[in-house]
Amino acid sequence: MNWMIRELRGAYAFVERNINLTKRYWGWEIVWLISSLVNSLAVTYIGAGMERISGETLDTQYIITYLLVGTLIWSYLSVIFYSISEMIAWERWEGTIEYTFMAPVSRLTHLVGTTLFAIGYGILRTLVILLIVAAFFRLDLSGANIGGAVLLLLAGSVSFVGLGILAAVLPLLYPERGAQMTNTAAAILLLISGVYYPVATLPGWLQAIASVSPATYVIEGMRGCLLRGESTGSLLPTVFTLIGAGIGVTAVGLVIFRKVERYAKRTGRLKRSG
Amino acid sequence: MSIPALELVQVRKVFFKKESSAKRFSRSRREVVALDGVSLSVGRGEIFGVLGPNGSGKSTLIRLVSTLLLPDGGTIRVFGHDVVREETIVKRMINRVSVDAAFFKKFSPLENLSYAARLYGLPMREARIRMREILLRLGLKEDAFTQPMEQLSRGMQQKVAVARGFLTSPTLLLLDEPTTGLDPHSKRDVQAFVREIRAEHDATVLLTTHDMEEADRLCDRIAVIDEGKFIALDTPAGLKTKVGWRNGQPPTLEEVFLELTGHPLAEKEVVE
Repeated sequence: MNWMIRELRGAYAFVERNINLTKRYWGWEIVWLISSLVNSLAVTYIGAGMERISGETLDTQYIITYLLVGTLIWSYLSVIFYSISEMIAWERWEGTIEYTFMAPVSRLTHLVGTTLFAIGYGILRTLVILLIVAAFFRLDLSGANIGGAVLLLLAGSVSFVGLGILAAVLPLLYPERGAQMTNTAAAILLLISGVYYPVATLPGWLQAIASVSPATYVIEGMRGCLLRGESTGSLLPTVFTLIGAGIGVTAVGLVIFRKVERYAKRTGRLKRSG
Repeated sequence: MSIPALELVQVRKVFFKKESSAKRFSRSRREVVALDGVSLSVGRGEIFGVLGPNGSGKSTLIRLVSTLLLPDGGTIRVFGHDVVREETIVKRMINRVSVDAAFFKKFSPLENLSYAARLYGLPMREARIRMREILLRLGLKEDAFTQPMEQLSRGMQQKVAVARGFLTSPTLLLLDEPTTGLDPHSKRDVQAFVREIRAEHDATVLLTTHDMEEADRLCDRIAVIDEGKFIALDTPAGLKTKVGWRNGQPPTLEEVFLELTGHPLAEKEVVE
């Protein structure tokens, strides 16, 4: 019981710390939010302009919603991914990495705290973007299965937690260029996961890689819920697959992280930099 | 016989440094022996000093004890617990104050200390009272408690670092050059607090420093370290007896160091 209370306090340390960091770096938050918002608008306007681009009559409303779902879900999933993958890079930058790693909290507790914050922050941020973008376009979600979409989004979050841990290993291994390598990993996921176009558009070998990206299933499932109103029952196999894959990737991620942490301790890479 | 607060047996730590060669894309690795078979035993309640120049292995020693590095050889035990195999137990018993006072710089002292208290699983109601007590005892004014750390002087930041180290009531406190760069007044405040910690809370202190006066004033015993090896270990008075009196005066620790190592403390180059 004492152990549980101590670990819960430890997990909350990361939630509170990240809330405080968000408040202190509010200027950055606004800049980042505007950047995401402008990106969402720019992508969605491609859909709005498709008739003019092609010179043909198209279902513009469908294309707009198709792109908007992709950009918003990617915005949410990338917050989860970056919040977790940057937990090491951020500590290095602040110079607190040694203090945090010396504390008697397990890496799982560290991760739980970081994930709780990431999910709450990601949902809030995505809702703000959705509300603003909705003012620019006429969105018709009357036939959408919102409950199923939320379920799918939460299941997808689990997978992205696992991917985030795997990416967090990079700044631990490469103190100087690890954070940039994390950006590259996110860019690859963006390319292959069908965020802005159907995965079938990709060459065969990229489609094969896309089939192991959880984002592919989250985004496709979300489009099914929001554009085609697919039932929650039909989504359940995808939901269970995402949760199962998420738990598997998270467990593997933790094992790899633990091994890399020991390697970092053997080679002296935990030292602060910057 | 009681278990030592800290015991090192033949501890060895080697780093490999990459070196670029004249040949394009070619790199070689140079072995740097940071600690070379170091052994020591520190009793409960003792203030044990490790005196040496920059790059002599002092910080490596502290990082090994604080579980931030893994030894390449030998064993390290804190109150009988192995730092590698019983890492979590050891982590609950120790805390460390380092020379660079690493904090979230936009956070206030209270926010940084709250983070530390939660990480160590302390009940927050008690921790909040204790934070204020320790900060006031260290001479920090109350209006500084809520200012961002980046707006505080180096001396004030280091006092917050000492407060953070002591907040968790460690039975072994690791002080890695805690007064380096402090003004004389702040230095005295920190040194007085270290003595108080030992006297009132039965804490054991491992202190690394290159400040001879500080080592002389605070430590019960001192190990002189040079190029990763202990070259002498004794009480301050005992160390001084190893060197004869000069001009009718007892030698200073500076003179002792010069005699033992063959070079003055300040002129040693950094290899770490």
